[in-house]
Amino acid sequence: MKLFDSTLGIHGKALGLRAQRMELISKNIANADTPNFKAKDLDFSAALKGVQQDTHIRTTNARHITDIPGASANQIFTKPLNASDNGNTVEISIEQAKYGRAAAEYQATLRFLEGDISSIRKVLRGD
Amino acid sequence: MSFSNIFGIAGSALNSQLVRMNASASNMANAGTTASSEAEAFKAKRAVFQTILSDQQKTDHATSVGGVKVLELAIDDTPNEKLYDPGNPNADQDGFVYSSNVNEVTEMVEMTASARSYQNNVEVVNTARQLMMRTIDITKA
Repeated sequence: MKLFDSTLGIHGKALGLRAQRMELISKNIANADTPNFKAKDLDFSAALKGVQQDTHIRTTNARHITDIPGASANQIFTKPLNASDNGNTVEISIEQAKYGRAAAEYQATLRFLEGDISSIRKVLRGD
Repeated sequence: MSFSNIFGIAGSALNSQLVRMNASASNMANAGTTASSEAEAFKAKRAVFQTILSDQQKTDHATSVGGVKVLELAIDDTPNEKLYDPGNPNADQDGFVYSSNVNEVTEMVEMTASARSYQNNVEVVNTARQLMMRTIDITKA
């Protein structure tokens, strides 16, 4: 809805991206014991910029390749501090810390959204 | 929805770690077995993991892209130890038996590593579940 697009602003879009970043980190944690797996992370500021500009390649056929601004386009490989000899670049303690932080950031965004929503509710109720 | 993907990804990892743990338990259980030839002797098995990179690599039990599945149970090719034990019912004509090639210490380490990875993924699910519940509660704000 157009109304809420501008009301919730950046936080609504950020929430989705934060969830996608958590998904990416959960992939790293799941593959901590997979040989030759390369850990990935999201370049969050670039992804958010992509989502805000919301520029799509126009497609005229269902089989055309579309670009999704944001999460899929802005994935970066992480550089391991200590390379493992089976080619895996996941460092589990670092990924855990990242996941914890990402969860906290998600909650922060959620808190902002809750604030926005309760303000809207107050206006609608007129108390 | 990203959170349901997280559940699938962590679930595939839990499943794979369980297979690895089962392989290790089987190795431990068979550590003391003997056989009358090297070919019949028990050989340790080890789970090899693979990332599910695309839809083509999905199987019945591994359905989340980005998750992990067990590619194969690789057989440890360490030579089986040949022991002189003429009293053993499994002994060959010369009185030798072939023991399993399981190294109990390696299996214990494997078991612990696997249990830790399992716990990590349980934590991932817990956190994702809490955040999902909080997101549902946003309507109460």
